[in-house]
Amino acid sequence: MVERIQKIVNNVGLPRIIIGLFLLFLLASAPFVGVRIDTSLNDIILRLAMNGILVLSLVPMVKSGCGLNFGLQLGVISGLLGAVISLELNTTGFGGFFLAIGLAIIFATVFGFLYGILLNRVKGEEMVVATYVGFSSVAFMCIWWLILPFKSQDMIWAYGGAGLRTTISVENYWYDALNNFLSFKIGSHITIPTGGLLFFALLCFLVWVFFRTKIGSAMIAVGSNPEFARSCGVNVNRMRLVSVILSTIIAAIGIIMYQQSFGFIQLYMAPLYMAFPAVAALLLGGASVNKVSLKNVIIGVFLFQGILTMTPSIINNLIKSDMSEAIRIIISNGLIVYALTRSSGVRQS
Amino acid sequence: MKPDNYILKLENISKDFYGNKVLHNVNLTIKPGEIVGLVGENGAGKSTLMNILFGLTVIHETGGYEGKIIFDGEEVNFATPFDAIEAGIGMVHQEFVLIPGFTAMENILLNREPTRYNVVAEVFGDRLMLLDRKEMRRRAVEAIQALEVDLDEEMVVTEMPVGHRQFTEIAREIDRKSTKLLILDEPTAVLTESEADVVMKAIRKLADKGMAVIFISHRLQEIMDTCDKIVVLRDGVIQEEMAPGETNPRKIAQVMVGRELARKISEDTKMREFKDTILEVNTLWVDMPGEQVNGISFKVKRGEIFGVGGLTGQGKLGIANGIMGLYPAEGTVIFNGQRIPLNSPDKVLRVGMAFVSEDRRGVGLLLDQSLNWNIAFTAMQIKENFIKSILGGLIKWRDDKAISKVSREYIQQLQIKCIDENQLACELSGGNQQKICMAKAFALKPDLMFVSEPTRGIDVGAKSLVLDTLRRYNEEYGTTIVITSSELEELRSISDRIAIINEGQIADILPPTAEAVEFGLLMLGNTSETKKVVQNG
Repeated sequence: MVERIQKIVNNVGLPRIIIGLFLLFLLASAPFVGVRIDTSLNDIILRLAMNGILVLSLVPMVKSGCGLNFGLQLGVISGLLGAVISLELNTTGFGGFFLAIGLAIIFATVFGFLYGILLNRVKGEEMVVATYVGFSSVAFMCIWWLILPFKSQDMIWAYGGAGLRTTISVENYWYDALNNFLSFKIGSHITIPTGGLLFFALLCFLVWVFFRTKIGSAMIAVGSNPEFARSCGVNVNRMRLVSVILSTIIAAIGIIMYQQSFGFIQLYMAPLYMAFPAVAALLLGGASVNKVSLKNVIIGVFLFQGILTMTPSIINNLIKSDMSEAIRIIISNGLIVYALTRSSGVRQS
Repeated sequence: MKPDNYILKLENISKDFYGNKVLHNVNLTIKPGEIVGLVGENGAGKSTLMNILFGLTVIHETGGYEGKIIFDGEEVNFATPFDAIEAGIGMVHQEFVLIPGFTAMENILLNREPTRYNVVAEVFGDRLMLLDRKEMRRRAVEAIQALEVDLDEEMVVTEMPVGHRQFTEIAREIDRKSTKLLILDEPTAVLTESEADVVMKAIRKLADKGMAVIFISHRLQEIMDTCDKIVVLRDGVIQEEMAPGETNPRKIAQVMVGRELARKISEDTKMREFKDTILEVNTLWVDMPGEQVNGISFKVKRGEIFGVGGLTGQGKLGIANGIMGLYPAEGTVIFNGQRIPLNSPDKVLRVGMAFVSEDRRGVGLLLDQSLNWNIAFTAMQIKENFIKSILGGLIKWRDDKAISKVSREYIQQLQIKCIDENQLACELSGGNQQKICMAKAFALKPDLMFVSEPTRGIDVGAKSLVLDTLRRYNEEYGTTIVITSSELEELRSISDRIAIINEGQIADILPPTAEAVEFGLLMLGNTSETKKVVQNG
């Protein structure tokens, strides 16, 4: 019996069990503090569609051995550029949404290329360097958000007549463009954002397909043992570069998906800490610095977003003070620490 | 005077690593002022013997040793090198153990610096005393002068030529006033001949002052010139002790490689005839750390098994690694009449060469992937086997079913012991991992295969299986094989011709039927006595 439990714990992973139980506990206690379970579930599903792609974007780089993409902000910035340009061009609905994605992919390819070249020069230190690339690129863009010659009245500061606002609403453009697609209601409080979920599923499928191809297989081999890959005639640096570009592109799509659901484009310092929740969710899903699967992505987003949704309402009601932010930070950063220590051999056999 | 006037006496020293006996009843005595030369092939037990003497912890972690060590009249059993140093044994390792950014003086006196008093030391203890640099210099110069070499005590290690680094190492041992026995593990391996001469002279001077020296080297001439006694070790047993005056390099080499086995092999090997050349290598230089190749030229015939032997560090491993593009190389390689670009693993694999690396775990395998992947990956990437083209080649889909099928074939064919083809490579034993590496190369259906150290680290049974497999492939498919190995007997049992590499050059190419002593002499860089037997390349 004890052995069987131990085996289950080993298979599922201790952090996931603890967080899973904690989530169950929150859901179970919801009715007692006057929080509706159905609205909570609705929130969790919505956030799954909203954040899933950002977490998915980490996968290619982990697979190729570049580690967790703490420079996710670079992709986010590409997405932001795509989004604001699509608004400037006054496109709405599906058209606007996909135009934003198309533009974002172009920016992401360029940024990802440069970022990939940089990461190829700092092998072994990717994650540290990536963190600072992410941080500094956000700060750098703060200048450009002010300078870029945008004209749309919906986006620039009303008083100065120049420079983009910190928060831009997409309500009149492509808010929920995808989420409303084929969406349906269950009961009175649950709305399934079918389009968003389908889009997330589609991207997951494409990533899965990619890693079943020749080039994807080469990428996995590079991540698994670069020396082996090299001796098999694989260009290690090129594979790593492709993985970084891919990660950046998916992140760019991810942030547009996020804005579409959230209703706002957040500029300036808002992307600064974008990488940490995504990384935490992936690790919570059971991934490590060098091993990841799509299962990890989906489970991770679900658990992480579940906690994020439930803690403010439940805990705040329970202890009558605002602890949600603290708990969120403890969970996400704690998980990152846990995963990093494990990978660097602290518990290695 | 000490009893019997011996500084060191080893009595019946035996040592095994997990049941594998590496030393067997070794007896050795050394007098003060005597230089004992220790020779033997790689794996003969020289290093193990010295590690026991110097108290390396690895000895105790693997169950200690049997027998008695009597040093300076007392029985000793050093648990750590510090105890050995304390008792008066100094060791100069093959690799330099120096701090690169420090001067010669600082390195010589490291952790034994003379100190001066200051107030802070009163509070925080002796470790905060000031260094007495004047006294340091005096002692460093004294140690250097004892060596009678020209070494600037203020020179930083990184700026020194290798010879001076070696002097620094030796000077450090001399400065320890208590050093009575100095162990030198191949001190001249990295030196040029003139530098080596100076080191040898310095060692002689030390011995004349009463220090006993154990000197390990592969350069026979040095040993002959310097030592008072030569001890030959083979397979963990002292074969012979001799005085340099009553022996010659030929005799030493003979004792070192052994002759009984040799006769047996020469009887059942028949010479095969080969016509056209498949691979021609001209002035190949390979920059592989520790295995440098210095402008080597040779030809390999289609269908033969070409052996490459030589002692560790002489460059035999560099050849295959260089041609396969894993280390920077220069020169011309002509394969099937076509010049092959160097430094490009991809191109070399495409023209029909394959490589089984000596570094199984580092280069040869994807340890955390399935056997499927390990066996099929190279063929998939290079030959696009197991790839289904979808949408007119836009998507190159990996055909896992075909991969499984071919993996199962090889697993059966090579008798690889595993659960199934989905098992992870890291879970297999060394011998089976080696077979996976070979399956990987076979899956490419190469015309020529480089196989480096195919039997390193695997047990005897697996060894013969691996060699049989290679021979069978050679016979059935006509695959040309270039096999590199440290084990001469292995090469002689499988090869049609054997090239011996010395100092990055081919010393000579011999048939496997040549006498063992010929190989031994070539390995030791002693080509003067050998006749050019075959050079049909």
